[in-house]
Amino acid sequence: MPKRVLLGLLLACGLAAPVLEPALAQEPKTGGVINAVIQPEPPGLMLAMIQNGPTQMVSGNIFEGLLRYSPKLEPLPELAESWTVSEDAKTYTFKLRKGVTWHDGKPFTAADVLFSMEMLKQTHARARTNLAQVDKVEAPDDTTVVFTLKQPFGPFLGIFEVGSMPIVPKHLYEGTDWKTNPYNNAPVGTGPFMFKEWQKGSFIRLVKNPNYYEKGKPYIDEIYWQIIPDAAARSVAYETGKVDVLPGGSVENFDVPRLSKLKDTCVTGAGWEFFSPLSWLWLNNRQGPLADKRVRQAVMYAIDRDFAKDVIWNGLGKVATGPSASTIKYYTDDVKKYPYDPAKAKALLKEAGYKGEKIRLLPLAYGETWQRWGEAVKQNLQDVGMNIETIATDVAGGNQKIGDWDYDIAFTYLYQYGDPALGVGRNYISSNIAKGQVFNNVEGYSNPEIDKLFADGAVATPDSKRKEIYEKAQKILVEDVPVAWMLELQFPTITRCKVKNLITTGIGVNDGFKDAWLDK
Amino acid sequence: MKQFWKSMLRSPSGVIGLIILVLAISIAVFGPMLFPNSPWRMVQRPFLPPFTLSTVPLGTDALGRDVFAGMIFGARVSLLVGLVSTLVALVVGVPIGAMAGYFGGKTDDALMRFTEFFQTIPSFALAIVLVAILQPSIYSIVASIAVVSWPPVARLVRGEVLSLRTREYVQAAIVTGQSNTWIILREILPNALSPVIVLASLMVATAILLESSLAFLGLGDPNLISWGYMVGAGRTVIRQAWWITVFPGVAILISVLGLNLIGEGLNDALNPRLSREGR
Repeated sequence: MPKRVLLGLLLACGLAAPVLEPALAQEPKTGGVINAVIQPEPPGLMLAMIQNGPTQMVSGNIFEGLLRYSPKLEPLPELAESWTVSEDAKTYTFKLRKGVTWHDGKPFTAADVLFSMEMLKQTHARARTNLAQVDKVEAPDDTTVVFTLKQPFGPFLGIFEVGSMPIVPKHLYEGTDWKTNPYNNAPVGTGPFMFKEWQKGSFIRLVKNPNYYEKGKPYIDEIYWQIIPDAAARSVAYETGKVDVLPGGSVENFDVPRLSKLKDTCVTGAGWEFFSPLSWLWLNNRQGPLADKRVRQAVMYAIDRDFAKDVIWNGLGKVATGPSASTIKYYTDDVKKYPYDPAKAKALLKEAGYKGEKIRLLPLAYGETWQRWGEAVKQNLQDVGMNIETIATDVAGGNQKIGDWDYDIAFTYLYQYGDPALGVGRNYISSNIAKGQVFNNVEGYSNPEIDKLFADGAVATPDSKRKEIYEKAQKILVEDVPVAWMLELQFPTITRCKVKNLITTGIGVNDGFKDAWLDK
Repeated sequence: MKQFWKSMLRSPSGVIGLIILVLAISIAVFGPMLFPNSPWRMVQRPFLPPFTLSTVPLGTDALGRDVFAGMIFGARVSLLVGLVSTLVALVVGVPIGAMAGYFGGKTDDALMRFTEFFQTIPSFALAIVLVAILQPSIYSIVASIAVVSWPPVARLVRGEVLSLRTREYVQAAIVTGQSNTWIILREILPNALSPVIVLASLMVATAILLESSLAFLGLGDPNLISWGYMVGAGRTVIRQAWWITVFPGVAILISVLGLNLIGEGLNDALNPRLSREGR
């Protein structure tokens, strides 16, 4: 029997965050214009080549992937209307939707999918990694694509999200120089919205795709993505009615409570389940006091993470227990706990023989919230007797220092992509220690047992075996503290309540305008 | 000297300025002894309004840090940066101006072109660039403020020296064969000092403002609290909590005002024409 959708159940534990009122009883209304904030202005919109957050947010509504993901990260049909998995879990067959056309009218076929795989392998670092287990991709006919894997790969059905694997038009890109292709500036996709114009520094305008394959959708006529560089001005733009949608992270946290109280305003933390951003402190395991496990554990005990959540993040998010966010598959909280305990931190430091050596702290230059957090953590660590010096940098400078391993403690947050094999292991396995790059194992943690567990976990079957492996890995990591996990972040999306059904999937606003409608 | 104090004390603005400066300096020197706690420590609940708790008289900021403690520690940084960077600017500007004015000719040309090179760049922009390149720290901030504020000193000193150089007593010193260094140091500079002192007092004020502006933009030393930092950090929450920005802002205003008043008083006291009039 083919194991269908069931196998794709990517989530062990559902997120309790409320989804925007599904408004099932109400009949969607057609028409209207939505103004949304996009922050910062994206460097480009060609999703296959640029994967910045704002690019994904705009272009996720222009391009499409083979699959979409529910808030529980179960795969849903998108360009692929159904799929089957062979008994040995090595062959995945996708049936493509019929009658789909590109925005320029050309039909979409399996050849586009094959071409996209080739292109993404060269232009999209994460897609390249995700496709590493793929032996070959074939298209027996125009509406069928068959992926054959080298070995079973548990999270395979989790890699087809639009930002991870956008399908691009072969007829416009084949044989051209991708970097200079004119369609990079006016992207052509299959999605519910078509690119119309981009006034640099002002707005990006998308219009409804009238030939969209799901009849009646999209309901909205136009989307204006407003570009407003100053955080305070973005809040004001919402208050004055210039914009109706503030996607997560586009206003400062301390403005959220004030904006939430405004009339006809709806707030939700949903729509980030696929990314599950987890923040932590990189601890340089190679040198200095932090090379000692006891000092790293002391860091965990010394930092008041509930304070960070309640005060700095205004109560949003959740204190992290370990390397996996609680929304990630195989998450377990049955690990060593590190409550706020300065006395214990002091004792551990004493035991480790720490004598006031200077420790450099790199905050994250992402705005006020992160700056305040850096100050609070510094104070926490100083309170237990650590000698902390804050190094001020900009984003690029900070990335360079971290990539060159020229730091002791550094703030970061990373996406987890639903499965430990996709978004967790990369930060802890020793084969991912590569100087000069930022988001790999920059802490320099090296443990053969962890290497083996993550290697086994990616390809183990069945699910229960994977669960066992990853739970063991989490226990070991939390004991060793290669990095100091802080919070599972939550980026609330603020909208006028008349904007309905915007957030229905695990990537929220990124592909949400397909189902959104305006209650006028 | 006695006369100087007399005329200084006669000008009301000078007196007010002096009182403010003495007060500010004593707060900067002795204040931290009364507040042993670090101003970065979270002591109370965040956004506590002022005058509600006697332990935190001016309220707390977005993280629950004592605004009053921040003001006191901030005085230290603001005044220190103002004084030290002015001192450095004088150390650089006075010799350059003196040499240009005294030697004239090609030396003058070379030194003045060099000075003008700095004057053509807007000083605040240059300070931002320097701090950004050097990474914000107390040293880079002092250095960059000094770099942008020495050219006026050099030009002023040059002008004074140019006019003094033709006086008889200087000519006499040259004729008697004294060395150039001796003449500059003993004969010319002491007589050129009064306008420099007046300028210096105003430069301290400008330096405090520059440091505050840099810190406001997030280019302060991240390890030291300063008034500018407090204003910058509180700016975004000004609608929820006015006191976080207002108190340090007022502190900047008062100290800069005080220094300007002192400058005025000094000008009155040191300008021979004006002071004679008063007598």
